[in-house]
Amino acid sequence: MSELAQIRIDGLKQAFPSPDGKGETTIFDEVWFTVDKGEFVCLIGHSGCGKTTLLNILAGLAEPSGGAVIVRGKEVVGPSLDRAVVFQSHALMPWMTCMGNIAFAVTSRHPNWSKEQVRAHCQKYIDLVHLTGAENKKPSQLSGGMKQRVGIARAMAIEPEIMLLDEPFSALDALTRGTLQDELLGICKETEQTVFMITHDIDEAILLADKIVLMTNGPDARVCEIVENTLPRSRTRHDMHKHPNYYPIRNHLIEFLVNRSTEFAKELADPNYDPRNPPVVRPAADNQMPPGSQSGMRRARAVNG
Amino acid sequence: MPSMPIKTRAIILSIVLFFAFTAAWEFSIGGGKNQLAGVDPEYAALMGATAKGKSAMPGPFEVGKQIFDHFADPFYDKGPNDKGVGIQLGYSILRVLVGFGAAVLIAVPLGFLIGMSPLFYRALDPFIQIMKPVSPLAWMPLALYTIKDSTISSVFVIFICSIWPMLVNTAFGVASVRKEWLNVARTLEVGRFRTAFRVILPAAAPTILTGMRISVGIAWLVIVAAEMLVGGTGIGYFVWNEWNNLSITNVIAAIFFIGLIGMGLDFILGRLTKVVTYAD
Repeated sequence: MSELAQIRIDGLKQAFPSPDGKGETTIFDEVWFTVDKGEFVCLIGHSGCGKTTLLNILAGLAEPSGGAVIVRGKEVVGPSLDRAVVFQSHALMPWMTCMGNIAFAVTSRHPNWSKEQVRAHCQKYIDLVHLTGAENKKPSQLSGGMKQRVGIARAMAIEPEIMLLDEPFSALDALTRGTLQDELLGICKETEQTVFMITHDIDEAILLADKIVLMTNGPDARVCEIVENTLPRSRTRHDMHKHPNYYPIRNHLIEFLVNRSTEFAKELADPNYDPRNPPVVRPAADNQMPPGSQSGMRRARAVNG
Repeated sequence: MPSMPIKTRAIILSIVLFFAFTAAWEFSIGGGKNQLAGVDPEYAALMGATAKGKSAMPGPFEVGKQIFDHFADPFYDKGPNDKGVGIQLGYSILRVLVGFGAAVLIAVPLGFLIGMSPLFYRALDPFIQIMKPVSPLAWMPLALYTIKDSTISSVFVIFICSIWPMLVNTAFGVASVRKEWLNVARTLEVGRFRTAFRVILPAAAPTILTGMRISVGIAWLVIVAAEMLVGGTGIGYFVWNEWNNLSITNVIAAIFFIGLIGMGLDFILGRLTKVVTYAD
């Protein structure tokens, strides 16, 4: 296994006892993939395939029925400051101000810092998410987009190894979503943050992710394949659709969501399908490898080999 | 005509109702002009005004004057059976504060424990349920017999009666803290004590303080009843003493003061509740 890998998901399985008491319902099983350092990985799938459960397991908030999550060579047991979570519904404490919410996280990470140090550190991240001036406002005085910005700032302020985002923008209107996607893209480029994000928005995934993991429908969901983003890193929301590889990727993802996620049983039966090494696909306009992803191919060969 | 703001209209309506009530009161005591002829003079002297058919019930003006007199000199002390209303209220309030304070010190930590531990909740629930509905008057003899001192017994009875709403509300508030806030604390590796003080306590504070507000009301109710039984000092004793003196005027005046102080206590706790309330 590549030492580059920051998180390794090994054969994760989640099952719950059936309501009728006989046997169990498997939400997902045999989930294997990796998230490398500095990578932005998106997980796409329909509702009910266990995306949020998977993220909770990664965060250490839930225990899997089988398999393990290995972070830096050690198995994940319980939550950690190194795996920061941005929840779908911001999860801000309503009795604390913005500054207070972020400071709570910072003092959890650095209990010995002085008040001024904490304040300065928090201010840096408030400025990063463009919330300067709203430091002393309570969450009830903020809009949905602003609250989610605070959630992101709180996660980043503890400078985690990995950021886990659970559909962070799905509760926002389309305009705010676009703005926040751009901001997140900019921040992650600047900080080279390792990110794992769940989304069901294809365009969001194409914009933000280096790698997109496709999960089939639950119950008994599997990782169908891993799509490498063949768009250049300099892509922006305004012009990525002009790149020749945009539509191949988009069509491939739509094809998956609409058709393949439900008919995966046929592909499962294929002897070439190995859950430990799901196929890595690089959709491109001319079906040849675009210059930017040579290293990606090497990585994929290591995974597939 | 433009409609007045609702605050003004409410004040006007309150004043109208007050005058209507006062007028009805004045009217209802005026009756009974029939003279009982041939009544024994000693009996007449004993029964005072009622023997002549006039009700001993005072009118609103008598009561109003009495209340005014009390306000004019609330803190006089002419001996054990004749103290100003201010002093009596002072004794009662002090007892309430001690009993209620002790109840807070027990109820909040215990409520925390019950709220956070399903085991303790189930184990302690039968005891709570059986002690909760017991009237203070039933606790009093037991307290007097074991504790012997009448003041401490009253304080104990306040304690044992006012603790329940706070306990139940604290347990409920703690148990219903939003899971996602607890998850945030978990992902930040926050220890148990820090989570309890920085997350659970502020989250449950509005519910806890509502419980305290109810409890303080019950404590004030109880002290009046307890003091009637135990005697000595206090507004409850004052009521009972004035009843024995057949001074209904003072009884009604005392009721007014009891209500006033109760309103004040409720107001203070209402304010405190507002301080810890957050918009969600």
